[in-house]
Amino acid sequence: MAVDEGLKIELGKQGVFVTTIEELYNWGRRSSIWPMQFGLACCAIEMIATTMARYDLARFGAEVFRPSPRQADLMIISGTVTKKMAPQVVRLYNQMAEPRYVIAMGACAISGGPFKQGYNVLKGIDRYIPVDVHIPGCPPRPEALLQAFMTLQKKIDGQPLTGPDRPRFLDAEAQGEFPVPVQGEHDLEPTSNPGVWTVPVVIR
Amino acid sequence: MASSPYFSLAVLFVAALGFGLTPLGLAWLWGRVFSPAKPNAVKNAIYECGLESRGDAWMQFRSAYYLYAIIFLIFDVEAVFLLPFAVAFTGLGAAACVAMLVFVLMLIEGLAWAWAKGVLTWA
Repeated sequence: MAVDEGLKIELGKQGVFVTTIEELYNWGRRSSIWPMQFGLACCAIEMIATTMARYDLARFGAEVFRPSPRQADLMIISGTVTKKMAPQVVRLYNQMAEPRYVIAMGACAISGGPFKQGYNVLKGIDRYIPVDVHIPGCPPRPEALLQAFMTLQKKIDGQPLTGPDRPRFLDAEAQGEFPVPVQGEHDLEPTSNPGVWTVPVVIR
Repeated sequence: MASSPYFSLAVLFVAALGFGLTPLGLAWLWGRVFSPAKPNAVKNAIYECGLESRGDAWMQFRSAYYLYAIIFLIFDVEAVFLLPFAVAFTGLGAAACVAMLVFVLMLIEGLAWAWAKGVLTWA
């Protein structure tokens, strides 16, 4: 039961504010995304810079970096995820209260980046957890992280409360636990979570 | 009832109670209607630093750590008391000086005891 946009603007001019629960809910959520205080590598320095006075992440209501996953809404994967660190990242993601979002910051978090050939580097965190926004760059500038925040806010704004398109955290059937990989003999086991990532087929 | 001097206080109390309870109730209702709970073992884990907790938290510490407490008292706390003593030194009477010397001597006694016990030897 959405109110016509034009009518809404017209009513707004007259001082009448019309909204829906869904809009109000999404407005509240997107205006208070609390990231987790969690830095992995060099990208974390750019993340810190983003929170400081010059770039001022507080403008987006996201300056409250929480040291506990229970209080955080957003996980910024800021840097290279080594295979030693990946289980901890996935476990922390599991411990975050829903709704939870993930920004993969930088080339390393997306694909392994310049360290892709390394035997100890995970080739992208989206192998284990669903990533909402990817920011390329090595490292991405603070402006790029702000852009990612705005992209995430747009995404949150478009999430319906009910219906088949509703996000995962509102769906009782959807997967709630993401298996934490364990250190195997040669690699992490499993090497990826088929629920969130499909192994690409190499065509030669 | 409205004439009672406590009436306004009661109204304010009810309002304050409502102010606190309404958001809590709405949040609870919202959780019931929209957000399905999905607890699991990883999510409910006690330790929240990414690692799995190991062993028991009810472990015992060695009582031998009292030695460190004594050494700390001698070298650190003594300095805290010596500083104001040094600042006010010229204006002090004989009684204050003797009292301070007794205090320092007591700590030196502790140091001598620790020395004799071999605590100061790095092994």
